[in-house]
Amino acid sequence: MKRRLKALLFFVVALAVWEALFRAKLWSPVLVPSPFSVGRYLYEAALDGTLWDATVVTLRRLALGYVSGIVLGLPLGLLTARFRAVRDTLGLVALGLQTLPSVCWVPLALLWFGQTETAMFFVVVMGTIWSMIIATDNGVHNVPPIYARAARTMGSSGLDVWLRVMLPASLPFIVSGMKQGWAFAWRSLMAAEIYVTILSGFGLGNLLHYGRELNAMEQVIGIMFVIILIGLLADKILFSPWERFLHRRWGTEQ
Amino acid sequence: MTLQTEIQDETPSKLSVQRVSKRFRSGGRVVHALADVSLEVGEGEFVCLVGPSGCGKSTLLNIIAGLESADEGRVLTAGVPITGPGRDRMVMFQEPALFPWLDVLDNVLFGLKLKPGLSRNERIEVAQFYLKLVGLEKFTRAYVHELSGGMKQRVALARALAPNPRVLLMDEPFAALDALTREQLYGDLQRIWQQHRKTIVFVTHNVREAVCLGDRVALFSAHPGSIREQFKVTLPRLRDINSVELARYATEITAALRGGAAAPEEYAI
Repeated sequence: MKRRLKALLFFVVALAVWEALFRAKLWSPVLVPSPFSVGRYLYEAALDGTLWDATVVTLRRLALGYVSGIVLGLPLGLLTARFRAVRDTLGLVALGLQTLPSVCWVPLALLWFGQTETAMFFVVVMGTIWSMIIATDNGVHNVPPIYARAARTMGSSGLDVWLRVMLPASLPFIVSGMKQGWAFAWRSLMAAEIYVTILSGFGLGNLLHYGRELNAMEQVIGIMFVIILIGLLADKILFSPWERFLHRRWGTEQ
Repeated sequence: MTLQTEIQDETPSKLSVQRVSKRFRSGGRVVHALADVSLEVGEGEFVCLVGPSGCGKSTLLNIIAGLESADEGRVLTAGVPITGPGRDRMVMFQEPALFPWLDVLDNVLFGLKLKPGLSRNERIEVAQFYLKLVGLEKFTRAYVHELSGGMKQRVALARALAPNPRVLLMDEPFAALDALTREQLYGDLQRIWQQHRKTIVFVTHNVREAVCLGDRVALFSAHPGSIREQFKVTLPRLRDINSVELARYATEITAALRGGAAAPEEYAI
């Protein structure tokens, strides 16, 4: 409780400092709006539905692309770990493309797919899949060989070893790959939404972009808060349960 | 199938190692890990393989387990040549090699899941029976990292016994444990072996451990790995590793291991 109180106090003070800076009129209110006007924007946007609609559009794009990236990346990662030929080819491609900031896929996606949902989907998948392949491959290579040996002596072989030993044993790596994939996908989607208008739906990135066009700083800052909030929630909802599971089983909790 | 028939012990099998050789290539050099090794292990016999590290004793164990193949020669269990790993020969390694993502019970169940003809409840009963045998019935739902080193090896022993193998292969399973825990396990292993007669091949570099556990001790020498001498141990069971008699026995074998005077006639086979 004391911790929460301290945290609350910190944010109240931060907001007060912000409001004080606004009132001191050191900068034009167009550049530094009051926290209250940001709050009012968020309240009104939530009330008339724009905020909600944009969040749904963005999260749908993200979920679709992210889940596809993981579902494709995991088996491909297992294949690169299992077969040297796949590792020498696809593994190398994955390593290379992972270093490419995923926003760099946007121009290509626009030329290929036009201003469509497919372009957005493609960008998010590209953000996710390479991290996933590399993390899975890495995870398998870090499994102590004794696990597979022990499993073989107990009558496990072939696919059974992969499903019941290699896959669960690589979980710590796979989860951190999922986390990294999420971070890349989220960033690249935001960049893509700011960069291009997709007529089939305005996402949070679009709102951010129009905030700039309209010189509406309270909108820009408000939407940034929403984006941060989604990032925090994703971490808590998507990854915390996995991490708790890993800590409990592997005993890695401090 | 009932629990009673399932845990009824399989007859232990005879093991026959026939002129096995194995070479490794390491750093451009060929290492002769095993040279023409032959060994007969009787049904339900407890044999310890002793030797310095790198003498090939673990390699021989892996070949019997079916995890590695011999370059020459063959190994038979109950008259049938070994072609790969099998549930009739379970292995305990120096590391417990338990799976951290499973709890204690699920670790013991791992091998049982591949055994046909058992329902889920029967499997759990079998697993619990063996966990009780090793004294861990209260820890079925514990995670691996919550156990001490000795408890982990007890789980590994239960896991190895659960599929009811005819041969138990143990590769220095107690080497990483503290002395007190180890001594407890010597007692437990002898007791379990007497109750549930298995053929056991036990690899160690500790002569006293070998004398404490084995009906017979096979002494390995390295470069090339081969069996130099064998000793029968006739001390009554359960043996205490700290007993004076056992120590005397071990000292004589150690002398032979060092390449000193040959072992006294009365023990040599």
